[in-house]
Amino acid sequence: MGGGGRTIPALLVTLAVLLAVHPMLPGWAVNMVGLSLANGLAVLGLLVIMRAGLVSFGHGLYFGLGSYGAAMAATFLGVTDAFLMIAIGMASAALVAFVLGFLMARYRGIFFALLNLAFSMLLYGLLVNSAVLGSTDGFSMPIPSYLGYAPVDATSRVSFLLYALICVLAFAAALVVHRYLQSTMGYIGEGIRENEVRVEYLGASVRRAIHIKYVIAAAITGLGGVLTVLLIGHVTPEDTVYWTKSGELVFVAILSGTGSVAAPFLGSMLFELVRTYALQYAPDLWQMLLGATLLAVIMFLPGGLWSVVRLARRKA
Amino acid sequence: MSTVLETRGLNKRFGAVIAAADIAIAIGPQEVVGIIGANGAGKTTFINMVTGYLKPDSGAILYRDREITALGPRAVTRLGIHRSFQIPQIFPELSVFDNLLVALGIAAETGITFWRPLRTPALTERAEEILERYRIDEYRDQAVGVLPQGARKLLDIAMAMVGAPTVLLLDEPTSGISADEKMAMMDTIMAVLAAAEVTVLFVEHDMEVVARYARRVAAFADGAIIADGDPDTVLGDSEVRTTVVGPELHRRG
Repeated sequence: MGGGGRTIPALLVTLAVLLAVHPMLPGWAVNMVGLSLANGLAVLGLLVIMRAGLVSFGHGLYFGLGSYGAAMAATFLGVTDAFLMIAIGMASAALVAFVLGFLMARYRGIFFALLNLAFSMLLYGLLVNSAVLGSTDGFSMPIPSYLGYAPVDATSRVSFLLYALICVLAFAAALVVHRYLQSTMGYIGEGIRENEVRVEYLGASVRRAIHIKYVIAAAITGLGGVLTVLLIGHVTPEDTVYWTKSGELVFVAILSGTGSVAAPFLGSMLFELVRTYALQYAPDLWQMLLGATLLAVIMFLPGGLWSVVRLARRKA
Repeated sequence: MSTVLETRGLNKRFGAVIAAADIAIAIGPQEVVGIIGANGAGKTTFINMVTGYLKPDSGAILYRDREITALGPRAVTRLGIHRSFQIPQIFPELSVFDNLLVALGIAAETGITFWRPLRTPALTERAEEILERYRIDEYRDQAVGVLPQGARKLLDIAMAMVGAPTVLLLDEPTSGISADEKMAMMDTIMAVLAAAEVTVLFVEHDMEVVARYARRVAAFADGAIIADGDPDTVLGDSEVRTTVVGPELHRRG
């Protein structure tokens, strides 16, 4: 767990830089940074369970619960406050994870991965068949207010306020997960990945630990979902709970590596950049580019992009 | 004499194989019991039943006169009965130091933390002490997966001892260790266990090791205890010599 002591200062500096450069960034860049951070949060959630050796192929479920939770509260319950939407979105994801966790904690490996996929497809089916939620088209939500303050410049969705909120929440979540991974419960995850028998014979419950990690992972991924919908203002099943979204989250997690809480954000940023440019300049090669990247990472950088950062640090 | 660990009429079958046949044994505080027997005699099954990994078909297991037959590994561990394994059960990708830290963190009086770092000065200091006590400090920062077998075995036992058990069951602590290293390793282990005033049961194939460290020996054959008493008597018993000691000598040669 080397280099853990430098993570928090590095994150703080990054947060300050992101906030400081906002006035200089063009609209599309602000949007892209915001989306990358929101997506990075979703991947950060995945990192929590991946550190315990568990991969979910259906984490779009919790991304979607965050998105739909917040958007439904805004559109159907008349919730206007962004903070309340965040709380509702995260709580929806965490609550469902708490219930499903009793089942999930019994499974490992491919069964765990696909069981998550199964539940995400169930939610997808529900959403697609729900006319009041706009079926496959989804629905739009109004621009939120912030503790009673409503941004006057409504021409752009992405006010500095929302941008700053996303930056701060991404930082806060990274900090919380970082502390968590350094705690005993965090280390138990490493233990579960390496040897469950020993964890039980040390007197800790593997199932309980997995259940707890699963709920934390869902809440953080849900937060990513809420922030994404706040940025975009529109929610569809395909962009949230569909298996391609879940696959994208796993893709970015593997691309990033699970060595640090900063990795998911770095990976997301890169993924978003490449996607934007590739879709613009080489739309037909986009999928091939993704495949080649994944291949290269698995073969040459099994620790993900983060291992490059670690290597650079060691040389420095 | 009060008993710490007692079994009454333990039976266990795996299909046609009788792994435990009416096993009754009572062990007092701080006894050091050597368990001997040919392969398949039911030694590991006995340890697995006592530590909650296997449920006996019938019979009872008592810890300080309290029945624990139905408890699982975690509950048995929490009560104070810990074990080591024939194949060390450790975290291969973590360093020796981190292996110990995880064990210390789970056993800590503060409970399992979510926010406070595991790597506190107090736990770090205790981990360093353990490394020294078990003479594995030279491997401190190495990943456990690449260690020599002896160091892995010692770490496995050191982790089982974190959390200060009352009873420790060692499943073949010297298996896979060369003959000339065995005694030095057992010296290290037994010195720590004696200082910790632990009741010890250890499974062992090497009769020299048994004779040197056990204060009492229980000989297993076909799932039953065929002799139980002081080492000289049991190791000299004619039935034990033919079913256990003889084959072991043959096995070593």
